[in-house]
Amino acid sequence: METQNENILVKPREIVVPGQVLANGIDYLPNDGTYRDKNDIVSSKLGLVNIDGRVLKVVSLTGSYQPKENDVVIGRIADMGFSGWYVDIGSAHQANLSIRDVVDFIDRGADLARYYDFDDLLVAKIVKITRFKNVDITMKAQGLRKLKGGKIIEITPTKVPRVIGKQGSMISMIKDHSKCNIIVGQNGRVWIQGDNVADEILATKAIMKIEEASHVDGLTNKIKELLEEGRKNA
Amino acid sequence: MLEKRTDGRKFEELRKIEAKVGIIKRANGSAMFKIGDTIAIAAVYGPRELHPRFLQNPEKGVLRCIYDMTTFSVSERKKPGPNRRSTEISLVTEKALLPVLDLSMYPTSVIDVFIEIIQANSGTRCAGITAASMALAHAGIPMKDLVSAVSVGKVGGRIMVDLNKDEEDFKEFGGATDIPIAYIPRNGEFTLLQLDGEIHKEELIKALEIGREACKIIHKEQQKALKEIYKEIE
Repeated sequence: METQNENILVKPREIVVPGQVLANGIDYLPNDGTYRDKNDIVSSKLGLVNIDGRVLKVVSLTGSYQPKENDVVIGRIADMGFSGWYVDIGSAHQANLSIRDVVDFIDRGADLARYYDFDDLLVAKIVKITRFKNVDITMKAQGLRKLKGGKIIEITPTKVPRVIGKQGSMISMIKDHSKCNIIVGQNGRVWIQGDNVADEILATKAIMKIEEASHVDGLTNKIKELLEEGRKNA
Repeated sequence: MLEKRTDGRKFEELRKIEAKVGIIKRANGSAMFKIGDTIAIAAVYGPRELHPRFLQNPEKGVLRCIYDMTTFSVSERKKPGPNRRSTEISLVTEKALLPVLDLSMYPTSVIDVFIEIIQANSGTRCAGITAASMALAHAGIPMKDLVSAVSVGKVGGRIMVDLNKDEEDFKEFGGATDIPIAYIPRNGEFTLLQLDGEIHKEELIKALEIGREACKIIHKEQQKALKEIYKEIE
């Protein structure tokens, strides 16, 4: 049964602010970034509206990294203990990397710095997050390793999906054009390694452009132009 | 009774407002709010790890506000560093902002808000709260609504909104009463209400009523400023 005041007040992909009413009526459901206030669905974040049937969601465009299970992140060794390492993954808390979770077998009491030293960069995967936001990461999966050489740039974590693109279309395009190895961590850290500085700069430029214009439609074509032009000038 | 305001404004007219978001690159969120000659800038850092650890709350995040006036913000040089007044304002700012924030997602972390007044002509705590609430939204912190703040008062027997320095220091016809308020337009709650001077109950109710209307105007400006950051690029 439909009542009169059940309607949606925003367009898909519209930019909304906290406190803005997105829809009236109990027919709609709140998801991430929204909440229900009596008869209204209200945004609780600054971001883009996503309408999926009756479910409303706000994808935020800003903010620091919130760890999620199964995320592949780029971390930096910040500290060591008896049984593992503490890794800075750019979120509010350091992640734990236990000696059980590395590929090598490590004896009890061994010098952990021989395996991963301070400031080493790792590609790691988040396995478990507790209620109090303790984060456990592992090195035991395909593609996880210590990073050597190259450079790191940081982007807003909420824009990582845009940098990767649909089925990795955007990132593979950047890789092809810049001839660089690129790893994008879900925490917004991007590792770039190329044969020469010019290649790395081109890849950096493209990624920075995506971050700047992540909410613009038809971004892939714009980045393609940028990359092709950069190639010509090189 | 006062015939005219010192700067010729109507009694319920605000000074010229200017709001801008994203002014500090290195912060997670930042904003500037200018009302007349009063300029406040706010920067939000975090959620990040809270030290010392005994301040941590394992159930939800902690909000930490620091209000400060620059030495050159007032006509006679202000001694740098915190003082009795700024400690008080930091505290009331925190309490004005907390009701809209949902910090349950950030256990044991802190969200730091730094408010700097770079030019002062009355209403600095209100400008600070307004800027801070925009900066928090920009930092991607979930919040129910934006908080808008303005000062109302009674000067020379007249109820008016947004007092300037000359009005605040007014001595004739019973002097001046300054009432800074912060308001959540979504649910109509006041989160800050301070009073310095003398006022009748009926007059206070009337003052709050015009303050409410003024806050709604400020709220619109805040929303506009937040949306504007994504419009600049094509």
